[in-house]
Amino acid sequence: MKEVEKIMRNSSVGKRLPLVQGAGTLVYKTWMLWPAVVLLAIFFILPICMALYYSFTNLALSGAAAKNLEFIWFDNYAKMLKDKDMLKSIRATLVFLLGSVAGQTLLGFVFAYLMKGRNATFRRVTGSCILTGWVMPQVVAAICMYAFFYNKDSGTLNRIIGLLGAEPVAWLYDHALLSVTIANIWHGAAYSMMVFQAALDNVPADTTESAMLDGASPWQTLIHITIPQIKGTVFSNTMLITLKTIGVFELIFTMTGGGPAGKTQTLPVYMYLQAFKSFQLGYGSAISVVLLVLGIMLSVLYTRVYKE
Amino acid sequence: MNRKRSARNAYIIMSVMAIVFIMPLLWVIFASFNPDAGVGLKLPSTWVIENYQAVLSESKNVRSFGIGLALSIGVATLEVIVCALASYPLSRYELRYKKSFMYTILFMSCLPMTALMIPAYKLFVQLHLMDNILGVVLFMAATQLPYNMWMMKNFMDQVAIELEEAAWVDGANKLKSLIHIVMPLMIPGLCTIGIHSFTSSWGNFFTPFILLTSTSNYPAAVRLYQFFGTHGVNYGHLAAYSVLYSIPSIVLYSMAQSFMSKGFIMQGANKG
Repeated sequence: MKEVEKIMRNSSVGKRLPLVQGAGTLVYKTWMLWPAVVLLAIFFILPICMALYYSFTNLALSGAAAKNLEFIWFDNYAKMLKDKDMLKSIRATLVFLLGSVAGQTLLGFVFAYLMKGRNATFRRVTGSCILTGWVMPQVVAAICMYAFFYNKDSGTLNRIIGLLGAEPVAWLYDHALLSVTIANIWHGAAYSMMVFQAALDNVPADTTESAMLDGASPWQTLIHITIPQIKGTVFSNTMLITLKTIGVFELIFTMTGGGPAGKTQTLPVYMYLQAFKSFQLGYGSAISVVLLVLGIMLSVLYTRVYKE
Repeated sequence: MNRKRSARNAYIIMSVMAIVFIMPLLWVIFASFNPDAGVGLKLPSTWVIENYQAVLSESKNVRSFGIGLALSIGVATLEVIVCALASYPLSRYELRYKKSFMYTILFMSCLPMTALMIPAYKLFVQLHLMDNILGVVLFMAATQLPYNMWMMKNFMDQVAIELEEAAWVDGANKLKSLIHIVMPLMIPGLCTIGIHSFTSSWGNFFTPFILLTSTSNYPAAVRLYQFFGTHGVNYGHLAAYSVLYSIPSIVLYSMAQSFMSKGFIMQGANKG
């Protein structure tokens, strides 16, 4: 965190530049910024404002309401409070979010911790095995996990279970939310692993070694010496994963399409289905706004902590 | 003694985890070479390349790869140019609202882009950009812009300003010193951003899925999804398509790794 602060301060070296005087100064100084600002204004900020606006309307994809747009104030939000599917969707989102974040952070840390200081070839081979799932595009990851969890006894996981002599489980029906959460952990754990590898490499070896010499067990050293030193990384990594996980759409949509019976309809999937399958763009926009507000709250928190 | 045992445990646990993690991927590789592939992990009895041939002989598939490439290259190029331009004043000048601008950018880079898809759809309808690949390029570039701008500015801050001062004395303008002095010194950074932008666009399914309507305009990501959704899908073909579609991501990722490490070496050279 401090590093970035330093970079930001050091970068303000413009004082040494010959200043151009006159009315055109600001334009002259900032014209290079304008392409970026215009792109952001049209395709980033405008859509956010539109989401907010349409969430107060009865906008539909087709039919009468598509032509006669009506301003209905908070009706969409009121509807949301009574919508059982919305409640279900929020619950699914929370389970998916907490499961993914906890799983990715924990696995990522355990991987980084166990691999630290091991044989270089071993690190490279196991590291690549874990990384490949992360490098894959999301749709491919979803297809791979679909095959892994496939319901009948022909899916990979069910074959393994069969070899162990147990009955096959209908993962994508009976445990659909669990399956997509595991799929997301599988897809994302490598990112946390890399973040924690970098953080653990920065923990000075003499602090842990002296603790060990003083008779601390590896477990005690981990809890009292190592983890306190990477607290900042743990926090920022958790925030970033949370923000990334809120928006996950492709993985779930490809694996289950939100089913069965809406069990895996997280907010992005529910938003899509409401807007483009039930043709309720207005209601869909209201769900986008909920998603955005969630993201904004987390981003503000993250940016705040980043500043400090 | 204790240490040896914990080391051995670490090797065992990590080996098991590596196998678990690679297993879903083994399926896609085995199935792609299997003439009668199923949905479960199985070693092919005979290894054939028929699946790849079948996928590549269909013009729709080849077209979708071409469109995906054009789209991703377009976004990556635009991204590098726009970000390099924008980062220059942010990195070199004293600007009044620079700090709040940078924090706004950081804040924007955190927002879930998924939430923008419904208004983006409406926006595209109103601007008559629906089904327009160029429009998708602009939209994708805009959504990636905050993150890449943040990265680019930090890369540019690492290039020492002294190198430019000589050029200014010689009367070079800002654009010239950006192109001729700063950018050549941050090629690893430019490549990192370009690659990141390419792979995000290549892997992006939701945006083209919403904003493009005609099948002939679909990039590889959407085509693969369609392929997967067809009833009675041939798993061998599906796996072969998945492997082909993943290759650019994997190759570019390993390239980015080497650029990143070169980037760190370069930093040192610059400072010294």
